[in-house]
Amino acid sequence: MAVRKPPITTREYWAPGHAACAGCGPAIVMKLATKAFSEAMEEKYGDPNAFAIAHATGCMEVVSAVFPYTAWKAPWIHVAFENAAAAASGVEAAWKKLGRKGKILAIGGDGGTADIGLQALSGMLERRHNVVYLMYDNEAYMNTGIQRSSSTPYGAWTTTSPPGKYSIGEDKPKKWVALIAAAHQAPYVATASIGDPYDFYRKMKKAASVDGPAFVQVLAPCVPGWRIPSEKTVEIARLAIESGLWPLFEIENGDFYNIKFQRFPKDGKFKKPIEDYLKIQGRFKHLFKRPEAIQELKNQIKEVWRILGKEVELL
Amino acid sequence: MPMRKVMKCNEAAAWAAKLAKPKVVAAFPITPSTLVPEKISEFIADGEMDAEFIKVESEHSAISACVGASAAGVRAFTATASQGLALMHEVLFIAAGMRLPIVIAIGNRSLSAPINIWNDWQDSISERDTGWMQFYAENNQEALDLILIAFKVAENERVLLPAMVGFDAFILTHTVEPVEIPDQEVVDEFLGEYVPKHAYLDPAKPITQGALGFPAHYMEVRYTVWEAMENARQVIKEVFDEFEKKFGRRYYMIEEYKTDDAEIILLTMGSLAGTLKDFVDKKREEGVKIGAAKMTVYRPFPIEEFRALAKKAKVLAILEKDISFGISGAVFADAGRVLVNEKEKPILLDFIIGLGGRDVTFENLEEVVEISKKALVGEKVEEVNWIGLRKEIL
Repeated sequence: MAVRKPPITTREYWAPGHAACAGCGPAIVMKLATKAFSEAMEEKYGDPNAFAIAHATGCMEVVSAVFPYTAWKAPWIHVAFENAAAAASGVEAAWKKLGRKGKILAIGGDGGTADIGLQALSGMLERRHNVVYLMYDNEAYMNTGIQRSSSTPYGAWTTTSPPGKYSIGEDKPKKWVALIAAAHQAPYVATASIGDPYDFYRKMKKAASVDGPAFVQVLAPCVPGWRIPSEKTVEIARLAIESGLWPLFEIENGDFYNIKFQRFPKDGKFKKPIEDYLKIQGRFKHLFKRPEAIQELKNQIKEVWRILGKEVELL
Repeated sequence: MPMRKVMKCNEAAAWAAKLAKPKVVAAFPITPSTLVPEKISEFIADGEMDAEFIKVESEHSAISACVGASAAGVRAFTATASQGLALMHEVLFIAAGMRLPIVIAIGNRSLSAPINIWNDWQDSISERDTGWMQFYAENNQEALDLILIAFKVAENERVLLPAMVGFDAFILTHTVEPVEIPDQEVVDEFLGEYVPKHAYLDPAKPITQGALGFPAHYMEVRYTVWEAMENARQVIKEVFDEFEKKFGRRYYMIEEYKTDDAEIILLTMGSLAGTLKDFVDKKREEGVKIGAAKMTVYRPFPIEEFRALAKKAKVLAILEKDISFGISGAVFADAGRVLVNEKEKPILLDFIIGLGGRDVTFENLEEVVEISKKALVGEKVEEVNWIGLRKEIL
């Protein structure tokens, strides 16, 4: 009897026992990303373990490595908040000199990537290190207790963007780090969502396979930060795709004229209303008393699509 | 045969790096240290040095990349100064806490504000609590030698701490002096290849580095850094001995000059030590019982040697190019700790001198001696004295 190869490797690098919340989106990212990496390393170098991880300070760092325990079955280093990309550069340089085959995976949240770590990320991409930078985007500083980052979407409640008499919540558009990364003409840049784990897996594998730097920005809902039920994490991440709020795309070598899209409706009309995505999240609850803010959010997303070269209709 | 070449101190530091064969260098330009990475770039471009040189986008990334490289198990080196070292500050603690034997060459320069590119020691002195060993060179030869010594001590299993080697901005960094470049084979024998004791970032033996330490463990980890620094005290002396045997040049934790019958001893670090020796000679001719001392190692603080020196003096004057606002110069404050419980101790005076590249002249040193003499005969003087201040513009 022929045994079908599982679509996702059964090897594990993210062990149970870590301290992440029930239903944690980023924890799913850690599990899938390392599996994808291992499969790429096996195909490329014949060694599924041929990688090391440099992790920025943040939720996933804190929950995974509480001395004397670790959730990591791969070599792993944490240095500080803003320098995962720089530390990864150093590891990669050392591996090169040691003649060690493989690739380095740098991991940071949106705060550690879009804000405090942006400079180090830019340097790593520009210098063409053989590093994949994985940004798990839960759209705020969750580790410190839900403060807005530059990746927080318009209208969202956070502890530093509370709605009030003079505030609709976060009042700036989301900063799309994937586009900044692509502007470095990095060999491979992609967005993903844990709402489509196979797409994310494929993109991580691709990122790990290319020579040189790659960047993947993956949407990963945060249960306490988004004020969502713990069993809804993946569903919400999928609704983000289906409503058009979260563009899935790949940009190779900074070629903005040949962006590849995934799960993009042929007619450009997204079938799920944005409101379906917003209404299950406590962080957007206040917007339903402010329809003009929801309209503004839609306008901003349409503008992002237009920059990506797509005219879309959002419900 | 060792080769003698005339070179700037920055070049001597680059030569030391070349001889030490780090596998990774990560550096960012900053005055007055820039020539170090420039020279290393030339060595690499000419195939004389086999290192990965990461041209980082900041000093923060320079030290972060060094941490990554060192944690992956290779020798790592960088050079910086002033604001650059200050930008590294956060990661310096991490490098020491993770016990990574990185070496930094520092072209000792003042800190802003006002922005100033010239010499004092405020940059490295301000990093004294990070867990890095600190060496200060009097001249270009010492800078080269001390960088090799720093690697040897840092990589010792009883130590495993990073080290910085300071040399004065412009006074040394940009001044040419003859420097003896040791033979590569002898340096290879002395240093050997860095092979970390533990398997670092090795997929064959995955370990986690940089984990979160709860209150149940944090203090013990910090204590091991304290212990390692205590061990360094002994290891440095052993390495000084070994260095002398291999290269014929002798180093001391504190080097003394005409101190045996001295009533007043002037203690300093770095290039000012050379000036002091000339000054002592002059004062000796005038019949003043005066001596000088140079502290080569500042962290770990040479406690024993300092106490031995203090026993010889009636007045111990510390001349330092740094200030810890609200207390005194940092060396003076340390000296207080070292002498506080000694039964017999000299009068200890602090002289803040030469900040931001202000020349230290014989006239300044005369002022130091005048104040010290007053203290010697029992007159009350200030404990902390700013020397060479232009009072007319204050």
